[in-house]
Amino acid sequence: MTPVPTTKAEQWRRLQFFFDSKLHIRLESLVVLIALCAAMAVLSPFFFSISNFLNIFLATSTIGVLAIGATVILSSNGLDLSLGSVMGFSGIVGAYLVVIAGLPWPFAIIGALAAGAFAGAINGFLITRTRMPAFIVTLGMLGIARGFALILAPNGGSIYGLPAPVVFLGQGRPLGIPTPVIILALTALIVHYMLAYSPFGRHTLAMGDSEAAARATGIPVERLRWKLYILSGFMAGLAGLLFMARVNAGDPTAGINYELTAITAAIIGGTSLFGGKGSILGTLVGALIMGVLQNGLNLLSVPSFWQQVAIGVVLILAVYIDQLQSAKEKKS
Amino acid sequence: MTLLSISNVTKRFGAIQVLNGVNLEIEAGTVTGLVGDNGAGKSTLMKTITGIYAIDEGTITFNGQDVAGLAPGERRERGIEMIYQDLALAKQQDVASNIFLGREPKRRPLGFLPWIVDKTKMDAEARKMIDRLGARIPSVHRPVGLFSGGQQQTVAIARALTFNPKLVIMDEPTAALAVREVESVLNLIKQLKSEGIAVILISHRLNDVFEVTDRIVVLRQGRIEANLQTAQTQMREVVSHIVGAH
Repeated sequence: MTPVPTTKAEQWRRLQFFFDSKLHIRLESLVVLIALCAAMAVLSPFFFSISNFLNIFLATSTIGVLAIGATVILSSNGLDLSLGSVMGFSGIVGAYLVVIAGLPWPFAIIGALAAGAFAGAINGFLITRTRMPAFIVTLGMLGIARGFALILAPNGGSIYGLPAPVVFLGQGRPLGIPTPVIILALTALIVHYMLAYSPFGRHTLAMGDSEAAARATGIPVERLRWKLYILSGFMAGLAGLLFMARVNAGDPTAGINYELTAITAAIIGGTSLFGGKGSILGTLVGALIMGVLQNGLNLLSVPSFWQQVAIGVVLILAVYIDQLQSAKEKKS
Repeated sequence: MTLLSISNVTKRFGAIQVLNGVNLEIEAGTVTGLVGDNGAGKSTLMKTITGIYAIDEGTITFNGQDVAGLAPGERRERGIEMIYQDLALAKQQDVASNIFLGREPKRRPLGFLPWIVDKTKMDAEARKMIDRLGARIPSVHRPVGLFSGGQQQTVAIARALTFNPKLVIMDEPTAALAVREVESVLNLIKQLKSEGIAVILISHRLNDVFEVTDRIVVLRQGRIEANLQTAQTQMREVVSHIVGAH
């Protein structure tokens, strides 16, 4: 039935459509990731090894979990600037409960996740009930959560001495794979399933695309938005837990500026800053692009200041390519 | 049989009284034209019927049931659909997703995983609906935003008709269309009527209104100014009611 694609451009477009609609990955991002890996492999003899890849994944795990939260929120045309602060706050709450309050070790996990979800719930409550812009509410939460993290930490310092089972979450290597990498993979799979296939995900994207359309078709817009901010906060809590377990301490300054890195990963992966478009797998590719870039530049002993420059350039390029594309689509 | 009954409905936005004690009855299987000046309250009145706006006072009964306290989704369940002037489509989502938005067919993969949207079924049903409307839309997998105004209109109409509505409200459905497309919308209205579906048509184009309606209701400053039988009135009379010169 369908005519055989004739030109290279047409073939590329079909491939793009296939990747986008079936795999939920932006083809350009994947090409960039592979090209980046190839370039690093040529430049550094240490790059292409299983242990180095596990390093990259491990370094990406915290940002990856945060970026999942960022993706869900951006898809709904929202914004969560408090991700990094809530991550720091959650880690402190978890560490405080078991080290200072002396509760059994599971409370480090429960406490961190609950603290994240609670902060998200407050964000969601204020955004849906007072109709204040998400930018303002989550900017406020950025300050509040960081402040409380520092208040809870004794003299604003780190809380050391976590129980072994908690540390295992950050430093364990079942089957040789770092635990945070396993947790990131599982979390990404679950949230990808939700966002790409469930009615919840479809409604999230539709609401991000057009709130009027969502409202008109009877989708409970406010309730849905509230749930999304709770989910985002929960992801920040999980990231806080992983980070705390990995460094074996509750650090009140953990996650400073991480929200921007998480949003960058999501956007490089093809999530729209203006809602209606977003995929967790795409975001993972975005996060890996940043991880590979950082890792490769480290191996090449490029000073870390230049790494920040490189990531900034990649972000701008990613959005620029996207705009070229949509301009072309509108013309055709 | 009275399908929809609105009585003494008022609606304020802050200090502005938009609806000022509206009384209106719609019979099943009839086409009613709702006309009036800009700001007369037409769209607001319709949005109180679909539940997008909550009313301040009065009652709205549909099919003998009080629906004034129900959410928009619950009113859709009961058979009230609206095609909005701006179409209210999610432009980056595909045609099928838009038609089934809020009412996606679901399935459980492997029998036990959480419910997901049954995309295959949704696409097939969407295709059927588009074909039934006799529209030309090349693919239900493409984002709605890539299609022309008329094609987007078809998607909005398909969304309103897929779940066997009893009442379809159309807000300026012909305002942005080419002549041939206007004709097909008017034919569609006649077809809906023949199937026993009630239609409320908001339009500034009085020719269209006279062609397809049974009654013409004139709204002026938030009140029903006139409720006329189309066969027994003339353009001049309607216009004078609209401008308040009657």
